[in-house]
Amino acid sequence: MSGIVVIAEQRRGELRPVSLELVSAAQALRRPGEEVAVTILGKAPESFVKALSVVGVDEIVTVTVASPEFDPDTFESAVGALIAARTPDVILAAHSVDSFGFAAALATRLGLGFATDVFNAARIDGEIVATRGGYGQKVNVEMDFPGRSTVLLAIRGNVFKAPEQAAAPRITAFDAPQVASRAAAREFIELSAGDDVDMAAAEFILTIGRGIGEEAKVPQFRELADAIGATLGCSRPIADAGWLPKSRQVGQSGKTAGACKLYIAMGVSGAIQHLAGMKHVSTIVAVNSDAEASIFGVAKYGIVGDIFEIAEELRRLF
Amino acid sequence: MKILVAVKQVAALDEDFEIRGDGRDIDPDFFIRDLNEWDDFSLEEAVKIKEAAAEPVEVVAVSVGPAEADESLRKCLAKGADRAMRVWDAAIEDSDSIAIARVLAAVAKREAPHMLFAGVQSSDQSFASTGIAAAALLGWPHAAVVSNLTYSPGAKSAVFRRELEGGLLQEVEIQCPAVLTIQLGINTPRYASLRSIKQAAAKPIEVMSLADVALRAADVGESGSLSRVRRMYIPDKGRAQLIDGDAAQQAARLAEIIRAFKGAAA
Repeated sequence: MSGIVVIAEQRRGELRPVSLELVSAAQALRRPGEEVAVTILGKAPESFVKALSVVGVDEIVTVTVASPEFDPDTFESAVGALIAARTPDVILAAHSVDSFGFAAALATRLGLGFATDVFNAARIDGEIVATRGGYGQKVNVEMDFPGRSTVLLAIRGNVFKAPEQAAAPRITAFDAPQVASRAAAREFIELSAGDDVDMAAAEFILTIGRGIGEEAKVPQFRELADAIGATLGCSRPIADAGWLPKSRQVGQSGKTAGACKLYIAMGVSGAIQHLAGMKHVSTIVAVNSDAEASIFGVAKYGIVGDIFEIAEELRRLF
Repeated sequence: MKILVAVKQVAALDEDFEIRGDGRDIDPDFFIRDLNEWDDFSLEEAVKIKEAAAEPVEVVAVSVGPAEADESLRKCLAKGADRAMRVWDAAIEDSDSIAIARVLAAVAKREAPHMLFAGVQSSDQSFASTGIAAAALLGWPHAAVVSNLTYSPGAKSAVFRRELEGGLLQEVEIQCPAVLTIQLGINTPRYASLRSIKQAAAKPIEVMSLADVALRAADVGESGSLSRVRRMYIPDKGRAQLIDGDAAQQAARLAEIIRAFKGAAA
């Protein structure tokens, strides 16, 4: 068993940025002389070759499949065939919605060592050790894979920095068996219903989370956001409850606070999915009654206290 | 018609927790146990389908875990599950999500449901893999992160929306029986009434051994797993600089931070 296979992701004709992060993650696992091959599946996989030609990639393997978009049966069959042909010792995928749909099935069918949401992976005495979070990120968990000659790791996004320098890897086409998929993808639907707020463009965001407790408290924070000049955002439970439109949700399945410079989180515990949308912001202020809330782990400033009291006091100052 | 719903009793950690003696898990004395949040939504989805169906539909909740998991199964019964099953054996200890999926798939083979629901992930270990691994073992079509579902019990196919990253959904039609992992927000889980809680307390929970589901000890535990916990530790967290004082003082400092930002932005 030798070689590292990276499974790139594309959607609607665009390479997903996490694909290149996987190339960086591969470097720490690479044994001397071992090659990194990036696999891309699609109807016209060659169109992604340029975007994947970065330092750290030795080979790009294009796999032409019938389905233009992700499909579990197609992925499991094609990647399974590639693994059988290449016998790599490491396979890296993203810890993403697409990978949720096929990685566990592939690992189970092939008996691969398997861990998800991995944010650090290294070889210790030759053995692969993957680190992930546990119990709401309160602990780190090191996993190993006794007796498994091939290990599939699903790597957390926004942890590894994508290589920027271009390179000229070999390009190989791999003929995967075509399968009749048992699912048929129809159309994509953009979730923009609600209002026309652009969370991605907001420079100053005040976000409310589960800690506000009830819908009746929302207007108070909306008014506070207006007073201090912030865009009001929310974490998942608030949008799921319908207290604020989905377009205001910050996080993995919502919006990324891409332009934000000041982010005030009130009553947000800091689930990993929420952090994915905001942890990069340079100034984060977390206000939470629970001193152990994970949001304090990414915040620059922390206020442990009652969010309603702080909100009232703050309102008085503007 | 039957829908099988896989549920897990998860553990959250008490404020001051300690690592277990062997360094590979938390001392269970510090666990606060509850039904996994995602599973509350998948159970509700099954119960909603049952209530809307013209034909009788049986909703069966199944959990792999020791006796304390009965508490979560009773919650499921109180919220509308018709039956509850629990599989346990000392050999299941130290199983990863894949080994647990082996047990769930074995139960599904025995129960032959028309659909198997699982939560997208558990709130404690967050592997996001149990349901999809069970699908692989069953050889069933599968889909993850379902946030909207149209399904008539017994139908040959179902239509659902997958919740992708960045506020994007994808509509998909899938052949049934299938395994779907259910996302938060797909519905609004009901609260159990006092009456239904009382009734649930009197209902039996079917407890099964590995032999009852035709598995051997080697199928589960460390030998049936694809990973092993090597070490668990408390990370050195980047800690926020705490703003002390009473609420008025804390708010005053926060106002300064806001004004500094606005000054810089202006």
